[in-house]
Amino acid sequence: MRALVVGTSIALVAWLALVPLGFLLWQSVHAPAGGAEATQLTVEHYRAAYSSRETARLLGNSLQFAAGAALVAFTLGTLLAFVNERTDTPFKRLFFALSLVPLVIPGVLFVVAWMLLGSPRIGLVNVALRTLFGTDSVFVNVYTLPGMALVDGLHYSPMAFLMMSAAFRTMDPALEEAALASGASLRTVFVQITFRLAWPAAFATLLILFVRALESFEVPALLGLPGGIPVLTSAIYAAVHRYPGDVGLASAYAVALLAITSAGLWFQSRLLAQGERHATVTGKGYRSRPIELGRWRMPVATLCILYFMLLIGLPFLVLLWSSFQTFYAVPSRAALAHLTLESYRFVLGFPAIGRATLNSVVLAVGTATTVMSLTAVVCWVVVRTRGHGRALVDQLASLPIVVPGLVVGLALMVFYLHFDIGVYGTLWILLIAYVTRFLPYGMRYNAASMLGIHRELEESAATSGASWWATFRFIVLPLLAPGLLAGWLFVVIVSIRELSSSILLYGPGTEVLSIVIFELWENGQYVELSALGVLMIGALLVLALVAQRFAGRLGIGAV
Amino acid sequence: MLSVRGLTTEYAGRGGAVRAVADVSFDVQRGRFFTLLGPSGCGKTTTLRSIAGLERPAAGEISVDSTVVFSAARGVFVPANRRGFGVVFQSYAIWPHMNVFRNVAFPLVVGPHRMSRGQIRDRVLRVLKTVALDDLAERDATRLSGGQQQRLALARALVMEPKLLLLDEPLSNLDAKLRERMRFELKRLQRELRVTTVYVTHDQSEALALSHEIGVMSEGRLVQVGTPRTIYARPVDPFVADFVGTTNFLRGEVRGFDDDRTRVHVDSEIGAVLAIGSDELDLGERVVLTVRPEDVELSETPLAGVNARTASVDQKIYLGESIDFRVRLGERVLLARSHPRLATKIGEPIHLRISPESLLVLRDG
Repeated sequence: MRALVVGTSIALVAWLALVPLGFLLWQSVHAPAGGAEATQLTVEHYRAAYSSRETARLLGNSLQFAAGAALVAFTLGTLLAFVNERTDTPFKRLFFALSLVPLVIPGVLFVVAWMLLGSPRIGLVNVALRTLFGTDSVFVNVYTLPGMALVDGLHYSPMAFLMMSAAFRTMDPALEEAALASGASLRTVFVQITFRLAWPAAFATLLILFVRALESFEVPALLGLPGGIPVLTSAIYAAVHRYPGDVGLASAYAVALLAITSAGLWFQSRLLAQGERHATVTGKGYRSRPIELGRWRMPVATLCILYFMLLIGLPFLVLLWSSFQTFYAVPSRAALAHLTLESYRFVLGFPAIGRATLNSVVLAVGTATTVMSLTAVVCWVVVRTRGHGRALVDQLASLPIVVPGLVVGLALMVFYLHFDIGVYGTLWILLIAYVTRFLPYGMRYNAASMLGIHRELEESAATSGASWWATFRFIVLPLLAPGLLAGWLFVVIVSIRELSSSILLYGPGTEVLSIVIFELWENGQYVELSALGVLMIGALLVLALVAQRFAGRLGIGAV
Repeated sequence: MLSVRGLTTEYAGRGGAVRAVADVSFDVQRGRFFTLLGPSGCGKTTTLRSIAGLERPAAGEISVDSTVVFSAARGVFVPANRRGFGVVFQSYAIWPHMNVFRNVAFPLVVGPHRMSRGQIRDRVLRVLKTVALDDLAERDATRLSGGQQQRLALARALVMEPKLLLLDEPLSNLDAKLRERMRFELKRLQRELRVTTVYVTHDQSEALALSHEIGVMSEGRLVQVGTPRTIYARPVDPFVADFVGTTNFLRGEVRGFDDDRTRVHVDSEIGAVLAIGSDELDLGERVVLTVRPEDVELSETPLAGVNARTASVDQKIYLGESIDFRVRLGERVLLARSHPRLATKIGEPIHLRISPESLLVLRDG
């Protein structure tokens, strides 16, 4: 029984993690087989991809965009984390809760909302500021490289907030108190102790934000392509979607993207391992005395609230406004007279949307269930057994974290087109993509709770006469249950907001919600899109609240 | 009853296998309490886990009542869940998602013999009664005190009426007072139930108090097996003498033997002494002499006879029930334990005598 369950799980993980990706690499150096010819080894795709001046621009754009977005996210997130963890600002719990909201909002919705806010002509921010100052200038333009970096950075700043909060929180206050006791001033302590100690975590955060921004698809596709600023991800999408599609070229781009993200994450993991030697993490249950802001207390809190307005308030309000219109119009007295529920009627009545909702729900539940049960077994192997292969198994299951969603999509598309086992164009291929992408999350949730289960709890079951399966069933699974449930809900949420893999894999009848939003955007149906978005955000928030309750109990933050 | 022969267990470590247990052999008679004693990392827990079937040894043979549960030569390895030994873990390993009753019932539910609900209930309540937990049967296992958890772990190990009971430092997580009480409790229970027991501890007083027999381990090897009295009074080497109790060591050289060779004349750091030899010794061999502090007799009046000396008081520590003197003899300082009545001041001369029967000659390890 043990051999069967463990063997099957590991084989599945290995298949998911290795095969399509390996095939993609192979494919990128082969010319397609035409008629009777066999495929041939070639570097033609790479030559095509990397010899042109266009590619240099592509790489330059990608790096600039990613660096900019990472910096924006890091700056905003770190400031908020510092204020929230180390000062006596009011509304701490509210700020923490609010910062989790953007993580559940599908990127495509956030970007569309910011399109309505920050486009040069009709963007609400521009309109408002123009009226205020009585000029014709453009204040914000999201269709530029800085604009793109700003929107993407803003959307992912909560990720920086969560990571830096953890860093500030786990720092042993005794280290600062010792410096204070040695006679250092408060300022000196911050410069010489606090920020020095937070530095490894800060750099690691910056790197992961950079890698994530490189993988970002929504902003480059929705803002970059219309604005004439292609990056690697949008170039992959464009190469597949133009007629005739050029999969070889897309693969070459994908390999480049993969190389950069792998290098970044490898460096980041090295950094984290090094950071552990600094041992700022002592896990003591007390916190240092917060800095008293005094008369700055209210201004600081106001700035934080302003930030949350930009992050959540304005985007949601603009979607809400737009959802009550017939055609999108800038808010005005005239437009106010035309409020209607027409778009909601359309959304609720449109059969394609009903089908997409069903697809999304089926996929989310299927993905979450598969991921959590698969990783429960794999995690057990990694944490409990002593075999030589276990580190390899761990790496296999965590490997997809370095693969951008778009690359997963491309790899699966290419692979299952060649090896036609009937999954291409069905929901199955989407399920495979989602499971592959979210395996690492399952590993994280399960590993965290598995490490909390003392080895002797299982050994005592064995010495009580229980077989491996009985032990797994009656001891391990019940003890894992809170972590399993939290992880399950988290995977459900990220599955529903998934776009970058789905965009290359969906077909007629297998659209999911994020795809419908993307298509509505392509058709310019902003009003209907907004109504769908408002409904989706509502549903996801409820799910997230439930997930957070469980995760909070385990001390795992969202990703 | 239990027979361990040539047991060797290895771990995969950096740069090859690390030998945790090397060629350990011992026997435990039916109903006896056998203790593996040693410092942390000496391999005692690995030995116990190998007997339980939680480790797969590299070599050797383990059998219980002539049933072989492990044999490297014959390729026998009975997995832990088929051995039917009761194990009490250091962490107790109480399952937090089950109540007291379900924890104890688990071995009967998953075990090889199908039992009816009623039978299970009777057995569980009976064993809970022996450990005085019968009125807490429905309580959540997480809401038990340390001592109660320990008794629950014991009940769970005993419920399947095991041929062999294995305990891995079961008292180490309790505070000092409770530990003392549980020590008596455990001894009473073992003697009543007459269950063959292997007990692992690093606490020498626990080992001396509980065991019929003790095996002292060091660096993966079994150094000495014997009754508590033998281990304490006749250690075979300096390690055992030092680990079990407090002791004085003196360097020396064999100068001669008495007629029956049991008494040895040694030229030591405190001059020529008469001592008792444990091994076959050679003339001129370098040896270590050991004597327990309580065997160094102190007096303010001169003492006559062999091994009598005059020293001076270097330091003293009053312990209430006794008093420890550090007495200086030339370059050497000896530790002596005396009745608290003795009140010689620091710096004053004091007379000491060591009976040859208490001065043990050991080979210089």
